[in-house]
Amino acid sequence: MEDIAAQAVEAALAAGATYADARVMEIRTEAMSARNGVIEALDREERAGVGVRALIGSSWGFFSVPDDGSAAARRAGEQAAAVARASTLVPGVDLALAPEKAVTGHWSSDVREDPWAVGLAEKGDLLEGVTRAMREHGADLAEASHRIWDTRKWFVSSEGTRVDQHIVECGAAMSATAIGENETQRRSYPGIRGQYGTRGWELIRELDLPGNAPRIAAEARELLTADVCPSLDASDLILGSEQMALQIHESVGHATELDRILGWEAAFAGTSWLELPKLGSLRFGSELMNITADATLPGALGSFGYDDEGTPAHPVDIVRDGIWVGALSGRDSAALAGLERSGGAVRSEGFDRIPMVRMTNVGLLPGSDSLASMIEATDDGIFMDTNRSWSIDDKRLNFQFGCEIGWEIKGGKRGRLLKNPTYTAISPKFWGALDMLGGPDEWTFWGTPNCGKGQPQQIGHTGHPAVPARFRGIRVGVRG
Amino acid sequence: MSDVTTTAAAERALDTAERALRLARVRAADAEVEVTVRQGTEALTRFATSFIHQNVASEVNHVLIRVALDGRNASTSVDGPADDDSLGRAIDNVIEAARIRPPDPDWPGLAPRASAPAVDHFDEATAAASPDERAARVGAFVDAAGGLETAGFCSSTTVQLAFANSAGQRLTGRGTAAEVDGIARTASADGSGRRTSVRLADLDGAVLGERAATKARAASDPTDLEPGTYEVVLEPNCVANILSFLLVHGFNGKAVEEGRSFARVGAEQFDQSISLRDDVTDSGTLGIPFDIEGTPKQPLDVVRGGVTRGLLHTRRTGRMAGSGSTGHAVEGGAAWGALGANLVLAGGDKTAEELISGVERGVLVTDFWYTRILDPRTQVVTGLTRNGVWLIEDGRVVRPVTNLRFTQSFVEALGPGAVRGISTNRELALAGWNSVYLVPSLHLAKWNFTGGARG
Repeated sequence: MEDIAAQAVEAALAAGATYADARVMEIRTEAMSARNGVIEALDREERAGVGVRALIGSSWGFFSVPDDGSAAARRAGEQAAAVARASTLVPGVDLALAPEKAVTGHWSSDVREDPWAVGLAEKGDLLEGVTRAMREHGADLAEASHRIWDTRKWFVSSEGTRVDQHIVECGAAMSATAIGENETQRRSYPGIRGQYGTRGWELIRELDLPGNAPRIAAEARELLTADVCPSLDASDLILGSEQMALQIHESVGHATELDRILGWEAAFAGTSWLELPKLGSLRFGSELMNITADATLPGALGSFGYDDEGTPAHPVDIVRDGIWVGALSGRDSAALAGLERSGGAVRSEGFDRIPMVRMTNVGLLPGSDSLASMIEATDDGIFMDTNRSWSIDDKRLNFQFGCEIGWEIKGGKRGRLLKNPTYTAISPKFWGALDMLGGPDEWTFWGTPNCGKGQPQQIGHTGHPAVPARFRGIRVGVRG
Repeated sequence: MSDVTTTAAAERALDTAERALRLARVRAADAEVEVTVRQGTEALTRFATSFIHQNVASEVNHVLIRVALDGRNASTSVDGPADDDSLGRAIDNVIEAARIRPPDPDWPGLAPRASAPAVDHFDEATAAASPDERAARVGAFVDAAGGLETAGFCSSTTVQLAFANSAGQRLTGRGTAAEVDGIARTASADGSGRRTSVRLADLDGAVLGERAATKARAASDPTDLEPGTYEVVLEPNCVANILSFLLVHGFNGKAVEEGRSFARVGAEQFDQSISLRDDVTDSGTLGIPFDIEGTPKQPLDVVRGGVTRGLLHTRRTGRMAGSGSTGHAVEGGAAWGALGANLVLAGGDKTAEELISGVERGVLVTDFWYTRILDPRTQVVTGLTRNGVWLIEDGRVVRPVTNLRFTQSFVEALGPGAVRGISTNRELALAGWNSVYLVPSLHLAKWNFTGGARG
């Protein structure tokens, strides 16, 4: 397949591209979902094709064909150059690419139990069983699902890079919904989006869905009669690690994408409140805040060997001791911003989408406290867990997030259950209020399989190492 | 780039569907089989900081196959060469999957033979559009912004759809869509200009660029507005966003069956000025007149005079409800229910200026952003304003204001007595979930702004 990609690159260069790269991809997926004890859908997908990126002057041209044959690849290369040439009708400054040494190599994710070798009957039994269990323990609506992605890709660039990768991703989700007179209450496990990683079926076994189904169903039912989260202008707020993953994704990950900072996403995803001249000096949060983007973390959903520009995966510091020090970047955005090297954070959803800056594993390094010690140290506050809703402005500054469940904290102890907990804040003020962080034992590599960005929109898979954390003086309980 | 302009293209797509059908029946003679083939081209020219930075085009050849054996059903799709080997391998795979999975007690069977409405939202020139034609519209948008920084896209899409099932149903349809959607930016504000049409020729980049620049300048140097409850005038893109939530979490038959929806057929749940139809036959909309299960889409009253009248169904949810499918199944939508729609909200009798003149003290909003639902039952949604927000006092726009966060029940916002005016003019908007919305601007009595975007 590398030769097919090489032919696409040659065709783009022959048609006038100054640089070109091509990815041949073969993708297999499986998705099964169950509701109330019945398998509702079983979908499989096979996708194969070539995507070619050609650079002329200031713009990329991209063309893809759903065909991994030689003739199709050459056609894609020629068309990519033709599309790039059309872009010169509305030109900008010529794009440069941050230097990257040409490499050859292979990478594959570590899979202990091949998810394709697990029988559909076993998979179906698991999902049917946990949804039945949730129904028996109070859920009106019990849902469960698993997903498998199996991606092989061969990348060739006109600078001589040739790499191939085999990435297996796997995960599962379940939720229990209790329906009241004029409301619904939901509990999810392990999180609202489930849990996913670059791992095999062993990840799903470790989740122990059957062992958690009765609990979340009972909690969903209990929430219907719980007190509503009070509306307070300032409260001590403890967040569980799953909600912290969402918090990091939305308010740090997207905010530090260099394409957004440069204005390339201004019309859709938005820009960023961060300004490049302040890189290295701006205080993003308290000194406890250390964020890295690290695609080398074993098993995390945002891990790979090479990004979709062929840049080898490497860790990048994003926030160090509360100071903004790095960005998620690719070769073009890094060059434009004057960075020495691409952050290796360029990926595409499939062969039919142009590679763009995406989060890798953007996560918070652990501290030295624990959820238990945070609760014990809190005299009056609220503990919220498991994301339910998320909304943030186009500069990634103002956010309002809701969680599925909350508990009042009084005198260092977890008290009454609270429903509909929400909190809102401005990002640097919020992160500046961080004063306690969970330790290495609570460090979880959360996976987000549904990050939308770009036009046409692409769905990205990102990882978010996170721990529980405490923030002081946060507005909670926002209601309509 | 596309040849989806001829009868031959439709025949080729249908041939592929028939071939997949035969390959499946050879392998499992007793199987119920349905095949959807989607072919065409998707192209999008994207610009930012006033130059084209990403310019993409993709050929599409997608084959979706569903097989059922005594109610044990599974789906597979192939994007790639649709030769017999590739299709045969995928079919072997899906038959194996169907045999192993448990039967679905609510399996509705296949769509019977039926013809679809005579709809052809298609334009040959758009199907043949070149990258240069899209770039020319981008160039016009950028030039018309008068030096303001611009960003956005111009897209053109062509689709040829063919459906065949083992119950004898055969359908073909085709469509085009073109869209220019961009912003112009000052140091303190953005303004948007957008239009969607079946024809690329309808899209005038200069008009839209000028509109975006005018809005951006008018929205510049905004000042904060105290959060609270205000009257609002919502422009069409906001209204489309509201309808997308009502559709997915409300009028979706699956959501009703599961008890997650507010919708109660026969109840007066909206202002009597609200009439909402799903109508792919409306000449102002886009789309194909059948769904992925091969069910034709007939015009459907969803809300008439404020009373909820109809729900959208797939074959499975229609069977569960005892009402049958309305032709709204989408690929991968089994867990969500009925989604694909052409919602048409009835226009009113006011100009945009008359809507504003009817406001005592309120807010004019161009776009919503990042709207997320807090509870599907109450339809409480939080989100922000974007691309131009102004304070209205005594029927006049008096000043631009900074973006605001709202937390608002969308059902209550359109509830009885809540709608004070509807514009005559309507715009076509694409708001996700495979759906198209033809919508006016609305003047609503109350909207709950819960914070400023700057905190």
